[in-house]
Amino acid sequence: MAKLNVNGKVREFEAEPDTPLLWVLREQLSLTGTKYGCGIAQCGACTVHIDGAPVRSCVRPLASLEGKEKIVTIEGLSKNGSHPVQKAWAKLDVPQCGFCQSGMIMAVSALLKTKPNPSDADIDAAITNICRCGTYNRVRAAIKVVAKGGATKMAKLSIQHADGSTT
Amino acid sequence: MSTTTLQPQLSRRSFLAGTSAVAGGLVVSFHIPFANAQDGIPEVNAWVVIRPDDTVVIRIARSEMGQGTLTGLAQLVAEELECNWAKVTTEYPTPGQNLARKRVWGNFATGGSRGIRESHDYVRKGGATARIMLVQAAADGWGVPAAECVAANSVITHKASGRKTTYGKVAAAAARLTPPDAASIVLKDPKTWKLAGKRLARLDTVKKTTGAQDYGIDLQLPDLLNAAIKDCPVFGGKLRSFNAAAIEGRPGVKKVVQVGDSAVAVVADTWWRAKSALDALPIEWDDGPNAQASSATIRDFLKAGLDAKEAIVGNANGDAPAAIAGAARKIEAVYAYPYQNHATLEPMNATARWTPERCEVWVPTQNGEAALAAAAEASGLPPAKCEVYKLYLGGGFGRRGRSDFVTQAVQIAKAMPGTPVKMIWSREEDMQHGSYHPVTQCKLTAGLDAQGNVTGLHMRISGQSILATVAPQNIKDGKDPVVFQGLDKAGGAEAAIGYSFPNLLIDHAMRNPHVPAGFWRGVNLNHNAIYLESFIDEIAHATGQDPLALRRKLMANSPKHLAVLNAVAERAGWGTPAPKGVFRGLAQTMGFGSYVAACAEVSVSDDGQLRIHRIVAATDPGHAVNPQQIEAQVEGSFSYGLSAALFGEITVKDGAVEQKNFDSYPVVRMADMPKVETIVLPSGGFWGGVGEPTIAVAAPAVLNAIFAATGRRIRELPLRQHSLKRA
Repeated sequence: MAKLNVNGKVREFEAEPDTPLLWVLREQLSLTGTKYGCGIAQCGACTVHIDGAPVRSCVRPLASLEGKEKIVTIEGLSKNGSHPVQKAWAKLDVPQCGFCQSGMIMAVSALLKTKPNPSDADIDAAITNICRCGTYNRVRAAIKVVAKGGATKMAKLSIQHADGSTT
Repeated sequence: MSTTTLQPQLSRRSFLAGTSAVAGGLVVSFHIPFANAQDGIPEVNAWVVIRPDDTVVIRIARSEMGQGTLTGLAQLVAEELECNWAKVTTEYPTPGQNLARKRVWGNFATGGSRGIRESHDYVRKGGATARIMLVQAAADGWGVPAAECVAANSVITHKASGRKTTYGKVAAAAARLTPPDAASIVLKDPKTWKLAGKRLARLDTVKKTTGAQDYGIDLQLPDLLNAAIKDCPVFGGKLRSFNAAAIEGRPGVKKVVQVGDSAVAVVADTWWRAKSALDALPIEWDDGPNAQASSATIRDFLKAGLDAKEAIVGNANGDAPAAIAGAARKIEAVYAYPYQNHATLEPMNATARWTPERCEVWVPTQNGEAALAAAAEASGLPPAKCEVYKLYLGGGFGRRGRSDFVTQAVQIAKAMPGTPVKMIWSREEDMQHGSYHPVTQCKLTAGLDAQGNVTGLHMRISGQSILATVAPQNIKDGKDPVVFQGLDKAGGAEAAIGYSFPNLLIDHAMRNPHVPAGFWRGVNLNHNAIYLESFIDEIAHATGQDPLALRRKLMANSPKHLAVLNAVAERAGWGTPAPKGVFRGLAQTMGFGSYVAACAEVSVSDDGQLRIHRIVAATDPGHAVNPQQIEAQVEGSFSYGLSAALFGEITVKDGAVEQKNFDSYPVVRMADMPKVETIVLPSGGFWGGVGEPTIAVAAPAVLNAIFAATGRRIRELPLRQHSLKRA
């Protein structure tokens, strides 16, 4: 029986030591918000936080984890999507198909923790996740909105929300 | 508003739904697995269900894959329904339901940027019909004529008495009325729209920010098993043998299954165990007749078509060969465009459960009805005994219009009767078994008079027909009409050429290599626009004309084409100095019913590093249902088109695709993405698509800007294979 600390809970499960963390999360722990896109750390759809750092979980075998690390997945990033990055994403309608966005949000939230006001170059260097729909410009706009404390108007998208607000 | 009196009607449908309220929904849930099955609420009509709490459920037949169609179609229905947008939710009817109800929801296929442009009329009429029935039900309740009542924001008001009621209160009564005659329904003038045409937020965003949105790959069912699959890497090859004993006893493995005559799958409790076991499975392939094919043999095969005598004419006027032969001057250039893979971020997958009596499939698909047909064929059951449940797509781009993965999943499920099996392709499988953007080459020849005017143009396309792979029955007299996208004659065409030449010949020498071709976002417009827009730029430079001025001259008869081109030229500041070191390039085309243009601004460093600073885009889709989502589609299409132009190339060696993952098939990432400014210019009077058309102008605008910056004319993609050091 293996043990991992995921989203604040100790979880026990059966898996071979070479099983990537991604597949433990998705299959043994039923946390399917973390996505499989490539399996070779190219696309970033599987990004989770391990002790606060962004990690591509598809190349992180279970055997490389001690069990003490604090692992956070998209499901554990916040209660009810209330993390500032998630809120900005919703306000600016960042996702298209959305498949990459769990990984994108995890990568961005980790970046903003270490660099609360990243430059374009910082963003380009840190956010290398693949989005085939091409949401990159809204991702960038949303990162800047979060950096400025949630000032959604600066993105100039004028999106009308069902609650009557405009961002 | 219609004053027709609507008579109560007891249909089998409403009877069943009505019964369910008493019987607990058990009977109905089998027949109508919708919102109304869960809470016993009958639908007002096929498009609209309204619950007592005024929640509005709008049925969406087309697939949502990121392009925003789900929200756009809901806006169109809600516009006519006059409902409270804050209470709108959506649901997919199933392909089986559509079949059982004589295709009441029309076409489910979601491709060719058709989601809205092909269904705007009947979905709006669906909303209007429901509104008329709701108002009638309220009027009947008050004993007043419906004409004295108005509806807005899900509230019906009798003007004279001031009485009010809500949709939720009268929905059950409305559901019992006979719908008004469809011909009597008058749709709103788009100028009066309150929801459609507005920059509304998408309906499906929040779940995509929390990990709660399930895609096909995420499906969980009781007793679900998982399958990993390998198909013969060489197209046209077969499975010769595999040694199942070699993986016996591996953890979780349940079965090794031959799939069709060319593939083998391992079924296990988890996908990782299935995939690991499959990787360890000794497999022998019979590579078949294509084992010698390579990118070089394909290139030569196509090259011969550039000068072949036999070709199918797509568009012609006058006598271009004679005009060119007699011209004072001739310009000629040969272009080529490689294979591309869709590389949706969610790999192909499908889940199936088969019994001798029934086959069910859960699948992210762009074509639910084709998936149902594939399930029926693979299961050996009639379509009425099959069902497809559409799940969210992690990208489609045309790939998920095919149903090869549905066939495989059902074939695997047949080996495990009664147990649902989820088959997921590895990224490597997905890269090597695509439905690829076709490969083409193009020779363009222009005849010029002494003043530099074009007297004749011949555009010879040699290469692959998509229809030859996906729908050979649609090739008539050797002609695949889709080949000529963006080059069709003016006048009613959805992809008409914007230029007028005194003598024109556009023809196609069909050359179909063994690699399967498919619809890839933008389809044939991608390369056709690169070929023609680059060549127009070549003519401009060869004759000393400004590329915008030349286009304006040639497009005098195409005001809509010209309008979007002028819009980007003006916004980008064409003709005014660009920032130091920055150069501009233009492109325009028409496809999927919309007119599009782009102006790219690039710089190229002394050592040849390209930077795309900005692309100004314009699109005229006739009507703009959600401008902020159109902007998102334009940006996304540029990312997809530039991925192909900058990096994308599927190559063939020994009959198989060489690329296996994103390390060998790189795509645009954040750092590569230019700033995009989108001008949405809906001129009204027609309905054009949005998801695809603009993709085609990104690459030629960038290529023309690169020429302006470096003097290098790139005629073969991808760009990463060329040095851009100053010529």
